Amino acid sequence: MDPRAYTIKQISVFSENKPGRLMAIAGALEEESINILAFSIAEANGFGVVRALVDKPDAAFKKLNAMGFMVSFTDVIAVKMRDVPGGLFEMAKLLADAGINIEYSYAYSGRDAAVLILRVDQVESAVKAIIFRGGNLLKSEDFQEKP
Amino acid sequence: MIAWDPNMEMMPEEGLKKLQFKLLKTLVYRLYSFSNFYHERMDAHGVHPDDIASLGDLGKLPFMYKTDLRDSYPDKIFTAEQEELVRYHVSSGTTGKPTVVGYTKHDLDMWTESLARALTSCGLGRGDVIQVSYGYGLFTGGLGLHYGAERIGASVVPTSVGNTERQIELMQDLRVTGICCTPSYLMHIGEAAKKMGVSIRDDTHLRTAILGAEPWSEQMRMRIEEEMGIKAYNIYGTSELSGPMFSECTEQNGIHMWSDICLVEILDPETDEPVAPGEQGEMVVTILQKEALPIIRYRTGDITSIDTTTCACGRTHPRIARLSGRVDDMLIIRGINVFPSQIEHALLGIPAVSGHFMIEVDRVGALDTMLVRVELNPEAFSDKINDLMAIRSMVAHTLKNALNVSVDVEIAEPGSLPRFEGKAKRVIDRREY
Repeated sequence: MDPRAYTIKQISVFSENKPGRLMAIAGALEEESINILAFSIAEANGFGVVRALVDKPDAAFKKLNAMGFMVSFTDVIAVKMRDVPGGLFEMAKLLADAGINIEYSYAYSGRDAAVLILRVDQVESAVKAIIFRGGNLLKSEDFQEKP
Repeated sequence: MIAWDPNMEMMPEEGLKKLQFKLLKTLVYRLYSFSNFYHERMDAHGVHPDDIASLGDLGKLPFMYKTDLRDSYPDKIFTAEQEELVRYHVSSGTTGKPTVVGYTKHDLDMWTESLARALTSCGLGRGDVIQVSYGYGLFTGGLGLHYGAERIGASVVPTSVGNTERQIELMQDLRVTGICCTPSYLMHIGEAAKKMGVSIRDDTHLRTAILGAEPWSEQMRMRIEEEMGIKAYNIYGTSELSGPMFSECTEQNGIHMWSDICLVEILDPETDEPVAPGEQGEMVVTILQKEALPIIRYRTGDITSIDTTTCACGRTHPRIARLSGRVDDMLIIRGINVFPSQIEHALLGIPAVSGHFMIEVDRVGALDTMLVRVELNPEAFSDKINDLMAIRSMVAHTLKNALNVSVDVEIAEPGSLPRFEGKAKRVIDRREY
């Protein structure tokens, strides 16, 4: 098993916290026909970081960067959860048992399962621990184009 | 160690004070008797020349402001007859009506003498070839340094500004050892030389630069000195005082203000009270020997500090520090003087942010608040809010240390803050008074 198959490129965009910024980002992605699978906004005083899983991360990076946005890639993992009461509990317990610390996380309800997106400090050992405990991870190729 | 006028430049402080008092007393009596402007101003201020009994009484005299010169355009304050005047210089008038300065023969002589001392203290003299690349004409820089350089017996190459490639050729052909110009023009010369395949360091004899007429920083000095393999000295003056007049010596530790030529006060711009040596304030200058356009307690608007201890070079005259800003730019935040230049300087030392910034000042209740918006450098971007918050607090901490007042910091996207082509306007003050 190659843990790298399970690391997924998330784009992170720095944005000032003011009207129109998310519109500009989303509009740019639409222009490039880039599909957003999941996203979240983390906010602090005056600024935020928009994090998104998209189907064409490289194209998204290029476009936003050219528009003057500060963009970076972050490796995250995406864990499938059962979309039933207790689904998140099972997954949180699995991560806790594996001793994986979550730096941040967001979730979306996918076609066949709920998906929890995790930013952890040690991606590869997290992947191994989750799979070892019977967890189900999405692969980048499941929804992202190859660069 | 070489000085142009060792007896004067090394005179013990006590002697200098006596001399200053004598010159001040003469000046005040002369102006009270012959200048309508000063006579009326002193009467209105309730001070008579007899009230000046010691140097400490200087504070009793009224100030002179730049507006006084503007209001007196062109020559209403002059105390010399037109036939005594041997030259005029006129300011550019970029910040208002131009000001005219007239010079008698003696005025030009004092100006030249001041620069002869300054240039000598930078190690220049007979045998040196000095290229004067300040503008010649109505601007004081070119002609001022031209006469100063001639007086010390140097050979002068009066290139003025422009035609840079030709300047570089002449610098090589005439074996120029010293250059006088603005720091930005010297940087331009350096770049142009590179394009021509000329290394200032290896292919010229240049070893000294006398730089001024615009604000520049210690970092710029280091860069110039390292890149060109020369020594760069800071020079000070304004057209109201004659033109460029005073410079650092080879110690590079402050600009010597000749006590027999001028009397320097550093005042708190709010209270007009003198600040202690080493503390920052507005420089107020009295030119002790000036005939055509006398200057008593002129508010230069320049912010600096003074060091009255004897310089390591042996010169006893006080030294002023590199100007840290202008009074016009000064903000008072909760009673503390803050200059945008201090913020710029502090930000330049932080790799995570760029040098572009904006200051927003508000009053919440009775409390002043200052927000500094800075641009994050792309390399410093992290998708973790904690990392960004850490940068924000680090910037706030650095600014607080530099300014002695707490600052709110907002991190902005790169390229999002205004850029300025001319004079930067970095302050938005929304307080109501």
